[in-house]
Amino acid sequence: MGVKRTTTGTRTGTSVKEEAATPKKAPYLLITPAWLVIGLFFLLPLIFIFVISFGARGTYGGLKPIADWGAYLLSGEFLANYRQSLEPLYWPIYWRSFWMAVVTTGLCLVISYPIAYYIAIIAPARWKNLLLALVVIPFWTSFLIRTYAWVLILRTEGLINTVLMQAGLINAPLDLLYNEFAVMVGLVYGELPFMILPLYASLEKLDLTLLEASSDLGANHPSTFWRVTVPLTMPGIVAGIVLVFIPSIGQFVVSDLLGGAKSMLVGNLIQNQFAIARNKPFGSAIAFELTAVVLLLLLAYAWWSKKKGQEAML
Amino acid sequence: MSESISVEIQEVSKRFGDFAAVNRVSLTIQKGEFFSLLGPSGCGKTTLLRMIGGFELPTEGRILIGDKDVTHLPPYKRPVNMVFQSYALFPHLNVIDNVAFGLRYRKLSSSAAQQKARDSLNLVRMAGYEDRMPGQLSGGQRQRVALARALAMEPEVLLLDEPLGALDQKLRKEVQLELKNLQKSLGLTFVFVTHDQEEALTMSDRIAVMNQGRVEQLDASHHVFEYPKTEFVAQFMGAPNFFTGVVKSIAEGLMYIGGRTDADIRVRASSDAWRPEDPIRFVVRPEKLDLRTKSGTSDGEVSIEVTIEDRVYQGVNTVWVVRSDDGERYFIYEQNDRPFQESGRFRVGGRAFMSWNPRDTVVMEKTS
Repeated sequence: MGVKRTTTGTRTGTSVKEEAATPKKAPYLLITPAWLVIGLFFLLPLIFIFVISFGARGTYGGLKPIADWGAYLLSGEFLANYRQSLEPLYWPIYWRSFWMAVVTTGLCLVISYPIAYYIAIIAPARWKNLLLALVVIPFWTSFLIRTYAWVLILRTEGLINTVLMQAGLINAPLDLLYNEFAVMVGLVYGELPFMILPLYASLEKLDLTLLEASSDLGANHPSTFWRVTVPLTMPGIVAGIVLVFIPSIGQFVVSDLLGGAKSMLVGNLIQNQFAIARNKPFGSAIAFELTAVVLLLLLAYAWWSKKKGQEAML
Repeated sequence: MSESISVEIQEVSKRFGDFAAVNRVSLTIQKGEFFSLLGPSGCGKTTLLRMIGGFELPTEGRILIGDKDVTHLPPYKRPVNMVFQSYALFPHLNVIDNVAFGLRYRKLSSSAAQQKARDSLNLVRMAGYEDRMPGQLSGGQRQRVALARALAMEPEVLLLDEPLGALDQKLRKEVQLELKNLQKSLGLTFVFVTHDQEEALTMSDRIAVMNQGRVEQLDASHHVFEYPKTEFVAQFMGAPNFFTGVVKSIAEGLMYIGGRTDADIRVRASSDAWRPEDPIRFVVRPEKLDLRTKSGTSDGEVSIEVTIEDRVYQGVNTVWVVRSDDGERYFIYEQNDRPFQESGRFRVGGRAFMSWNPRDTVVMEKTS
């Protein structure tokens, strides 16, 4: 309304002021939906979890009513869940979650880089969209179903064992399912597109003349790769690492379906507190800790890309 | 192979499917020569340059640098360096690291490499910019760094792919002279690709004019300008004034050409292939043509009566566009050495005589 008046009305002092004010308001208006989504679906639940994590478990799975708030806070009892979460009992789970996420990320990077490089640089232009579609097509099926498919492939009477037995390469089926190997396969499989796509995006932007210049100046292919290609695609590499590492460390579906009792991850631990142990406050405490770790990683990433952006601006 | 030859191209072709970007080109480039490949876009000049650099492999033919066959060597094994059209500076490295990039492969100590890079930057007057990132430099500065980076490698041949294309006109003229002087003082072989005939003339010792994957003419630069051999070269060098005539007689190295001119034109018979009654095509450069009110007969000048179609004021020159009675169109440059006048001796739509000295007649090669 204000905008309309300024364009049709006479250009008095007030209308000029309104014109100046409008562009300032516009960004806030435009960003409101984003804030609503983040607030409703991320911040609000996070606050719930944060508050619940200081509570105690009730007899029937709810929250135990607190009789004396002063004593509860002063005695430090409200921190009991966090204390419990740091008990040595859980360390192997955290450690396993961490190294499996690291290995998953590493494997994804090593597998994805050649794929992304091929699609972005080597493949003929008319194939690119098809190849990219092949990367994205798995998303058409539910992640749960795709993970179940791995059960069919890896189990004792599964695809791999049947083929190997038929071929006479093995006498007894291999134990491929319900161990850390199976979880790793599932994790790498599931996260691969999240590594390929950012790598593709940054490789696709790479100026190929720079590779020619490097070769012209005496660098052979490996040398050009490490001195030109890798540094210039670092934004894609880091984005891919962030996109793969974070879901991997909180993953529970894959380890639930493909892992055995010995491959429990922190994601399963949290899920168990809510679904089986019915200890919501404890589950909330671990969930909050995990979220905090992830947020710290994201902050580090934001700091890095800001620094990178400033360098590029220089 | 002779000591003085730097690059030898032998029957080189590059085909993409049915299309021949470079079609059976043979030429030799001398040591210490400023050699230009000149032609319109798509004529194959850049493809030929890229084959010398190793970025494209020839479909057939051989390329020798010095006396070494490099036809199938990758760029990093060739003693040549390239200044790219886009400069191709590494955006993640500062100026000195860009220039020193290739010195790592030269078994130099890192301090020697740094010194060499600095020397090279001095050469192009970019000392003091060592720590800047390429993004902080202007187009002209980037071009200098790209040049320094290639020169630091001390190549046997420096390849330049339209390196001045992105510079504005004034800077471009300056850099042309600078580049020429640098080449002369270093005694390096330069192979320069451009589509700008003036640029090629300013810098080159010799020019190869290319068209549709072939070399149309290879000569000293002034020779290409003054004595084009084909209509394409004449047109490209800014002389689109074509005349048709017929050979009247040939005797003792002289040939008389008859046609629509008021008198027969006497020219040196450039080839003994001509026979009387042969149809012949020739050109006269626009600046060698004069517009007269009377049929020009002084000093043996020849002339044709024409109709004036247009007059274009271009500052240095006035261009007269005229048409002969057989329908051919000609351009005449008149130098503006007198103050501009709205109406002169000639008016658009009027009749006049176009005259020239017969020695300025350039006969086109005989096409059998």
